Amino acid sequence: MSAQLLQFLLSGLTVGAIYALVALGFAIIYNASHVINFAQGEFVMIGGMATVSFIDAGLPLPLSIPLAIGAAAVVGLLLEKLAIEPARNASVVTLIIITIGASILLRGLASLVWDKKIHAVPAFSGEAPIALGGATLLPQTVWVLGVAAVVVGLLWWFFNRTLTGSAILAVSHNRLAAQLMGVSVRRVLLVSFGLSAALGALAGILIAPITFTSWDVGVMLGLKGFAAAILGGLGSGPGAVVGGLALGMIESLGAGYLSSAYKDVFAFLIILAALVVLPNGLFGRRAAERV
Amino acid sequence: MLLRAENLCKRFGGVSALEALDLEIEAGAVHSIIGPNGAGKTTLLNVLCGIYRPEEGRVRVQEKSMVGRAPHEFAAAGIGRTFQNLQIFFNMSALENVMAGRWLHERCSLAAALARLPSLARAERACRIEAEALLAFVGLEAWRDAPSDTLPYGALKRLEIARALAAKPALLLLDEPAAGLNPTETLEIDRLIQRLAASGVTIVLVEHNMKLVMGVSQHVVVLDYGRKLAEGSPDAVRRDPKVIEAYLGAGA
Amino acid sequence: MAILVGLNAIVCVGLNLLVGFAGQVSLGHAGFFGLGAYGSAILAARYGWPPLAALAAATAATGVLAWLIGRPILRLKGHYLAMATLGFGIIVSIVVSNEDRITGGPDGMSVPPLSILGYAIVGERTWYWIVATLLLATVWVALNLIDSPRGRALRALHGSEVAAEAIGIDAARHKLSAFVISALAAAAAGALTAHYAGFITPSKASFLHSIELITMVVFGGMASTLGAVVGAAVLTTLPQFLTVFKEYEMVLLGAVMMLTMIFMPRGLVPTLERALAAARRKPL
Repeated sequence: MSAQLLQFLLSGLTVGAIYALVALGFAIIYNASHVINFAQGEFVMIGGMATVSFIDAGLPLPLSIPLAIGAAAVVGLLLEKLAIEPARNASVVTLIIITIGASILLRGLASLVWDKKIHAVPAFSGEAPIALGGATLLPQTVWVLGVAAVVVGLLWWFFNRTLTGSAILAVSHNRLAAQLMGVSVRRVLLVSFGLSAALGALAGILIAPITFTSWDVGVMLGLKGFAAAILGGLGSGPGAVVGGLALGMIESLGAGYLSSAYKDVFAFLIILAALVVLPNGLFGRRAAERV
Repeated sequence: MLLRAENLCKRFGGVSALEALDLEIEAGAVHSIIGPNGAGKTTLLNVLCGIYRPEEGRVRVQEKSMVGRAPHEFAAAGIGRTFQNLQIFFNMSALENVMAGRWLHERCSLAAALARLPSLARAERACRIEAEALLAFVGLEAWRDAPSDTLPYGALKRLEIARALAAKPALLLLDEPAAGLNPTETLEIDRLIQRLAASGVTIVLVEHNMKLVMGVSQHVVVLDYGRKLAEGSPDAVRRDPKVIEAYLGAGA
Repeated sequence: MAILVGLNAIVCVGLNLLVGFAGQVSLGHAGFFGLGAYGSAILAARYGWPPLAALAAATAATGVLAWLIGRPILRLKGHYLAMATLGFGIIVSIVVSNEDRITGGPDGMSVPPLSILGYAIVGERTWYWIVATLLLATVWVALNLIDSPRGRALRALHGSEVAAEAIGIDAARHKLSAFVISALAAAAAGALTAHYAGFITPSKASFLHSIELITMVVFGGMASTLGAVVGAAVLTTLPQFLTVFKEYEMVLLGAVMMLTMIFMPRGLVPTLERALAAARRKPL
């Protein structure tokens, strides 16, 4: 394998891992509520920017990170409690507009609480590049891939092996039946939003040392995460991960071999083509409509 | 022969919902399809109106093959349908639902629609009058302008029939029209189906209510696990030992 | 300002046909707006076409494009369709931003003013009459379509696609025609905006603009032509009022969007209509 190809694949995997985490956030909320949370990208932004604030306040990195994730989770819980719950009977389109409004609100707040400048976050373990088969790897990349893999594993364990996780899955399959079994849908929704926010924030923190962070970094990342979730099949966990990684790789290869300016066009064209062939995404459930 | 189904096979993943099914529907008669839950009755109806494409076999309407055709082409060929899970247009009033059903008989070009030509106004008035007549036929004239999401369940079932009739189908597929109805409502539906049969509409009825089925049908087909178990007149089917064992229970 | 409201309203009435009546989702309509705008701008500015011809050509070409891409993507449902339209919009905005030799890139390009038979159309009053007439024409055409059997067919599609097919409505064809009509409205409005402002930038084809458009439709009330116009009016003028608050503008805009959708989930006009109907029924 040529060193150049390896380089592209590695950077594709890295950004793909970030997309996968954001996509998982979309999937979790969608499963619990059938809502597409267009504010998901803002949680990514909060993760990075809050970390910057805590570091500027003098806290060490290992403490800033969990605090930033916690802050994002709180915002997620507030969003669910104040915006989604009051509108729970509204149509899907209305709920989408609410989350879009939330994303605008959060971005506006970010520009006030912080500023509109680009900020740097220190790399977790230094910046000395590692050589791997002719390509170079940043230590941060190892963190991104490693943490993402661990998190995906933890989520799999959570949803498949714990009672709370099963309850969330139950709500996604059949809300009424889950309620009749004693599952509190309100609590499931809260947990879903908090969890998704935490995931998004984590993604933002992991990538910030490589790509810097700013008040509006969430828009494109949120969109790409949504695209990855759709590509993988909305509501499917494995789909979100595969979709994220695939999107990252397609983007990276597109940027490398075609044109850096058009990498997004290339990626979206591939997604559109994939949807035409597989209208429910890669792993999407073909729900047979019962008539 | 109004409709002919030959060797229909419909599979979902590994499950065979219909297997080697042959069916002949004669014009002017009431045919019923009965069988235990999961026997494939609704799947059969879905294949007969084009919602499902069979893996094998084909459907012929008036001797024309319908292989590969879309549901709206089946409708144009004369197949009408009501649904087990109501598919009422809840975003419209009862009258508008029935008026919508007349789609196949309205010649409305895009130009006429965009420019509101006077010919359109005349056609709309005629459409409204016919729709009102159909609502009266099914006994819903009191609900004419009501938003359809305010109608009771039994009325909605009758509304679906009115809408299907608006298309003037040669063959009407009724999927469990009495499901979920109380005895009074069931009696109303029973009478409605009798009126329909008397007016000459060919009906294929899927129902669990045996009294209804045996009382109104000329021809009964029994399905079990996607295959035809028996067919014939109501009396013949009622006495068939295979049917009794699989479905009706001893002493029916 | 009223002119901008009118132009946005034209897009929204068209978009409402697709979203409110036919029940399809489009998160990329700014792409059609941008194609109409840039198409007309490029033909007029770089190739010297008479502006009216450029406008007509750009609108028609966008309609053809909508027809071509509509067939495959309208087979998608719900959020998948949202993604496909979103992707389309983003592709348009990136292409327009990058091809700076023809489009002037991220800084935009200047557009010659509209002229009919050699008379340049400048001045707010003339534009006011043109846009008002066009808006009225668009609303009239939309209302005609909705009241007609074809309008019923669209609403039937929205109510239940499978039942609509069962009564003989070709779902694919009707969805496509609503898609193309709304694309034509967006493209025409885009071209007019370009000639009115004398300038066009890629932000007019951006995802954010698509969101603005869909928000106007939902806010005003889906399945209500009046709602589309009201939504366009309110959400075009509101940000202008909010600039008073300077850096709080985004926060307030987001808050307004959220609050109105939470408390008026059906949109402004339907909620008011229901309130009026309820008030009328109460004994005085």
